[in-house]
Amino acid sequence: MTSALINVPAKAKRGDIIEIKTLMSHIMETGYRHTATGEVVPRDIITSFACRYNGTEIFRADLFPAIAANPFITFFTTATASGKFEFEWIGDNGFSETASASITVE
Amino acid sequence: MQHKDSTRRQFLGLAGGAAVLGAVPIVTIRPSEATPAELASAIRSVTNGAQVRTGKVKLDVPPLVENGNTVPLTVNVASPMAPEDHVRSIHIFNEKNPQPNIGNFHLGPHSGRAQVSTRIRLADSQKIVAIARLSDGSFWSATADVVVTLAACTDEVI
Repeated sequence: MTSALINVPAKAKRGDIIEIKTLMSHIMETGYRHTATGEVVPRDIITSFACRYNGTEIFRADLFPAIAANPFITFFTTATASGKFEFEWIGDNGFSETASASITVE
Repeated sequence: MQHKDSTRRQFLGLAGGAAVLGAVPIVTIRPSEATPAELASAIRSVTNGAQVRTGKVKLDVPPLVENGNTVPLTVNVASPMAPEDHVRSIHIFNEKNPQPNIGNFHLGPHSGRAQVSTRIRLADSQKIVAIARLSDGSFWSATADVVVTLAACTDEVI
């Protein structure tokens, strides 16, 4: 079961600048909230996001508790060759998710 | 002379005591918000003390938001994104959340356009700072003030 939403154009012309939109379902618990009994709710966030394009890292982000729940990140890249985008989210408590999307470059 | 010296000693003792008293709450109570000093030190840890100039960066965030739990934010840097002149990273900070950092985004010349968007949390009406690090080592920034009507409450009971 994947909890990621990825939006990558299916086709692009070589040299086009394309927008990539990503959303990962995650609570992003800040570690600053309390329960009714006064206990701190432990932090549980995604700390790192990376995107690789045909094996080369093209984008990376370090996330903090100030990122809203279900982190939504959009960025741009230049379409250079047909192939695959691989996305990876890493977080607290061993959280690790991956997703991928293909693109055809003409 | 003797008397003068003792007042000086008393004064130093009092000053030291005051300093200790001042320091104690910081150690024992978790600060509920990042102070402007924390913001400055978070920025310093990125810039390493280099000069940060205003300009080039466009920080797009609504001036008035109803819900601080999810605030859309876009940072755009005016840059040709060529191998010899591009944006290496974009750093976003805030003034009054429990932590001064919001996110760091690492780009390169292949990005084509130096623009990132995300959604953030704001615990209070406050100032947001975006800093871009260029390939030539210079730093550029933009700030925006946001008024939040419903804060992403950090003391919220769940």
